[in-house]
Amino acid sequence: MTTTPMSAALPAEASAETPDTVGAPTSAAVTVDPASTCCSGGARPGPSAALPEAGAGDSAPRRSSGLGRYLPMLAVALAGWFLLYRQLSPFAEWLSFDLLGLSAGTALGEAVAFFAYDAPKVLMLLMLVVFFVGIINTFFTPERTRALLAGRREAGGNVMAAGLGIVTPFCSCSAVPLFIGFLTAGVPLGVTLSFLIAAPMVNEVALVLLFGLFGWQVAALYLVTGLSIAILAGWVIGRLHLEGWVESWVYDMRAAETGEQGLSWGERLEEGARSVKEIVGRVWPFLLAGIAIGAFIHGYVPEDYLASIMGDGAWWSVPLAVLLGVPLYTNAAGIIPIVEALLDKGAALGTALAFMMAVIALSLPEFVILRKVLRPRMIATVVGIVATGILLVGYLFNALGIGRFVT
Amino acid sequence: MEIKVLGTGCKKCNQLYETAVRAVSQSGVEATVQKVEDIDSILAHGVMMTPGLVIGDEVKSTGRVPEVSQIVSWITTEAGRP
Repeated sequence: MTTTPMSAALPAEASAETPDTVGAPTSAAVTVDPASTCCSGGARPGPSAALPEAGAGDSAPRRSSGLGRYLPMLAVALAGWFLLYRQLSPFAEWLSFDLLGLSAGTALGEAVAFFAYDAPKVLMLLMLVVFFVGIINTFFTPERTRALLAGRREAGGNVMAAGLGIVTPFCSCSAVPLFIGFLTAGVPLGVTLSFLIAAPMVNEVALVLLFGLFGWQVAALYLVTGLSIAILAGWVIGRLHLEGWVESWVYDMRAAETGEQGLSWGERLEEGARSVKEIVGRVWPFLLAGIAIGAFIHGYVPEDYLASIMGDGAWWSVPLAVLLGVPLYTNAAGIIPIVEALLDKGAALGTALAFMMAVIALSLPEFVILRKVLRPRMIATVVGIVATGILLVGYLFNALGIGRFVT
Repeated sequence: MEIKVLGTGCKKCNQLYETAVRAVSQSGVEATVQKVEDIDSILAHGVMMTPGLVIGDEVKSTGRVPEVSQIVSWITTEAGRP
């Protein structure tokens, strides 16, 4: 999308500070394998906030980091994006009904049209948002977040931690050093957990997909309820004073501080492009598989077929959805298109949201990683509290019947 | 010169290790690249996002795999220090 401006900006950046002995760096593509990431999925990946620059600690003068010179390029890229995006719907109809000769109203025609519209649309939305979130991430390094949270009281601290969980780059493989780093810097246990619950649950991929497929209302509901669960769960754990359920060696650790280093706008934009390459590169197979399954359900499963099992009339459907969601481990990209199709066929919104939250937020691999620092009782308590929160959200939305207005 | 790659064994950590080894051979500077996997030492450097890259005694990057050329320039800068 905007890779060219990124790489064009690089040589100037590098030479401004460090004499570059090997010639100008080329594009951002050199070492980044799009398919790889340190995360095993689900959680927020760590394209991250790269901190340091050579010599930045030696009080070298900050490079000129004006956003101004990148704005024209960004504006052109954005305009191109919007023009392309508006063509998607006519394109999908042309492809399925004219080019392939399928007729609207048939199962196959509807399924193909669903896929031809949703796949490029969601990919485009994803690229746009991941790019900007990648830039935002560079402003919120874990170090800065920790400094903001250290010594916070509960309640206010929980709210802040959950909010920062959205914008701070997070990767489940870094959960342990992050957890210890927070605790030893004086961030209260409950506040730390608010962060660790919010970070994977309210992630940008989930929000984009919800926005793209269901509209802003559902995305906003997800954001607000996801944050509330993280805030309340962390707060409850703080109130229960479960510090004894953390492995005791954790408190003996001493984490060092690293200095805060500024990035130029060129580097921030480059990080945005890097995130797109990494995240989109990693999730697109899940996404296409999810949309394909969604398209199948859309075309072939009869209307209201699911109303009896996943509709709001069945009280047991919410707990069942949560129970199913915990062992299921995929990321937002794979699960949301399926949820869309389920909703289409009569599933209640609360049940569908609960299912999705359980899949994304209660991830087995992350708890296995956290087992290093948390006693099993503690993990069970966290899972129990978060699962309860998800259940309540499911019941709440089913009771309000919000799904009727949205879908 | 000592170069350390901090990380608990994730995919990116291995990638960073390979990139760092390549950077050392490109730079022509004599340096050892070492993987550091225990949490004690990772935290001792103040790194919360793995992988972390330490050159000399300074954390140069966290949570990402910098480009080879970038690492080469860090290495030559470090080598040029008295």
